[in-house]
Amino acid sequence: MSTTAIETESVLGQPLRSAAEPRQKSTIEVTDYNNRQTVGKITVDNPKMLCREVDVYYGQKQAIKNVSLDIGANEVIAFIGPSGCGKSTFLRCLNRMNDTIPSARVTGQIKLDNDDIYAKEIDVVQLRARVGMVFQKPNPFPKSIYENVAYGPRIHGMVNTKAELDDLVRESLERAGLIKEVEKRMLEPGTSLSGGQQQRLCIARAIAVNPEVILMDEPCSALDPIATAKIEELIDELRENYTIVIVTHSMQQAARVSQRTAYFHLGDLIEIGDTDQIFTNPRHKLTEDYITGRFG
Amino acid sequence: MQSFLLLTLILLSVSAYYLGRKRALAVAGGQIRNLHSLPSFYGSYTALWCGLPALIVFGVWITLQPNFLIDLVVAGLPPELRDLSPERLNLLVNDLKNQVSGSFVSSAPDPVMVEAVNRYQNLRAIGNTALWIAVLSFAVGGIAYAWRRISPTLRARNRVETAVNVFLIASSTVAIFTTIGIILSVAFESLRFFNQVPITEFLFGLQWSPQTALRADQVGSSGAFGAVPLFAGTLLISGIAMLVAVPIGLMSALYLSEYATPKFRAFAKPALEILAGIPTVVYGFFAALTVAPLIREIGAALGLHVASESALAAGLVMGIMIIPFVSSLSDDVINAVPQSMRDGSYALGATKSETIKRVLLPAALPGIVGSILLAVSRAIGETMIVVMAAGLSANLTANPLEAVTTVTVQIVTLLTGDQEFDSPKTLAAFALGLMLFVVTLLLNIIALHVVRKYREQYE
Repeated sequence: MSTTAIETESVLGQPLRSAAEPRQKSTIEVTDYNNRQTVGKITVDNPKMLCREVDVYYGQKQAIKNVSLDIGANEVIAFIGPSGCGKSTFLRCLNRMNDTIPSARVTGQIKLDNDDIYAKEIDVVQLRARVGMVFQKPNPFPKSIYENVAYGPRIHGMVNTKAELDDLVRESLERAGLIKEVEKRMLEPGTSLSGGQQQRLCIARAIAVNPEVILMDEPCSALDPIATAKIEELIDELRENYTIVIVTHSMQQAARVSQRTAYFHLGDLIEIGDTDQIFTNPRHKLTEDYITGRFG
Repeated sequence: MQSFLLLTLILLSVSAYYLGRKRALAVAGGQIRNLHSLPSFYGSYTALWCGLPALIVFGVWITLQPNFLIDLVVAGLPPELRDLSPERLNLLVNDLKNQVSGSFVSSAPDPVMVEAVNRYQNLRAIGNTALWIAVLSFAVGGIAYAWRRISPTLRARNRVETAVNVFLIASSTVAIFTTIGIILSVAFESLRFFNQVPITEFLFGLQWSPQTALRADQVGSSGAFGAVPLFAGTLLISGIAMLVAVPIGLMSALYLSEYATPKFRAFAKPALEILAGIPTVVYGFFAALTVAPLIREIGAALGLHVASESALAAGLVMGIMIIPFVSSLSDDVINAVPQSMRDGSYALGATKSETIKRVLLPAALPGIVGSILLAVSRAIGETMIVVMAAGLSANLTANPLEAVTTVTVQIVTLLTGDQEFDSPKTLAAFALGLMLFVVTLLLNIIALHVVRKYREQYE
């Protein structure tokens, strides 16, 4: 660990220097390349999820090293970083999707509200109903548009009548901004839609089970700029009702849609803070290199 | 002698390869980069020119020579023999051929015939020598031609690749032409059958008793050729087999693809496929010696009458035999459903069984149907187990405890032993075979169609 990291805030987020003190202009004075302790304030006032000292191993390989951060309610937080830095792995810990990978092992603590999601008494099925997920490549089921959205409510027994289900499907599609395009073709296969529409269908599918948190794993990387703009607009609207965690390779996207940004590097959480601050005034040398395009 | 000729031809071609290579290097002044193609292509080019034309000449010669010789010999026969009716002449020629090959002769050799045989043998000796000369001169000529053609600008690679291409096309058409040949041979025999027995009786008759009277007063040879009991028996046994194979096969496929650890799967899948490698005769033993008596005893304990050879025994064992078809193919199909489908379902909070029931099975259904249809056509064509376990009596019944017989079994019984190939009894086998072929072909077409449609499901 670096000895020059005196001015860094500690892992648990207690500031070592007063918050009133003006931010350093030069990043080098704050920290250097070798520092692997998280720079920035990891806590928020109204956290939805709390992650503390999370390690993830794939077999012998450690993919996530001692990551701690808070995810605030109704905020959009972006995870950025070069490929293989563990941001997707960390995202998949938040709804225990890593459970489906036999060699994956997660230690540390992740809380949703006040429930430890890795506790024995937690039912992973209920957890995933509360923490939804949207994937990199649109993956609608080979069913009709209607059935794609109705899938979640059906398996969770959320509705009693066909009319209620119809309403819920319509409402979800409306929230996902897709209703106008699919109103007349609800019974066509979901795979007949365009890539951007498919991704919005997947978002509609996720919000149909009324989750509290939505995880998005590079949701726009397979889409063209116009479809991307629509999804970004949608993310901004969804923030009213949901907490959103988005992994993205596009720094512009992170800057556009998120309020806070976390920068991952080789399994370490390097820096976290308000999006404005990260992009205009990064405090870790690695973050600065990444956002100025020196690597990644 | 001909095999020596072929051996010589092979040796010549091999040396042609080296000659061509050497020649190519020589014309290029020892610099490979001056050549259009690599030296080995020039070698292959020369070898092809040496071997192919000679081989074609050889093949054509060998096919045409015997008939040509016969014609020559017949032309040399005394006029009174030449002017016999075609049938008699044919008989004579057969006699001649038999005598030439030294096998049994129907009549005592008369001097004319002996002379004809001698003529034939002389002509054949001359023909063989001529064959040697022709083939070898074509081979050497080919080498010489290629030798002269080889130059740095000769596109040997393209020529060789064209030859390889033609060879590949020929190989792929072998199977197609074989199929056509089989269909034609079966179809023509069937036509002969339908000339003697009306096609409506064959398709709709309820009686199967393929005995035609040799003498007018023979008893018990009514000669009924209604195929319905046979197809009913086939259907019954295949149905029982599918009832066994489909649920067991599907469930084992689901377990292997979704629940089993990779380690267990690596062991269990090949083990299951071994079932498909057991010869059906061995399954037949198992059915006749173990399963059939067991069913009879159980039936007796329950107060049921079970025939000692029952459709149930044959169907059960056949079902076990085709489990691997269903399980292995279904397993592949379920595995082919993209992981993103499973992830999508799990991320919505679906359990494993919900994911399987609502996402995986519907997505894999067409492929599963394809695998089941493939298994059905296998079951319909299966013979050995039924011969040994289900019996020969053509009962028209839906009771699985009685003995029934199937189309394939009847074909076997009709064609084993000494047969005359003009009685309806024997020809009926071809008609049955044609029907069976049409049914399994239809099933295969449906299966292929369904599998093709399946490819369009996701992506």
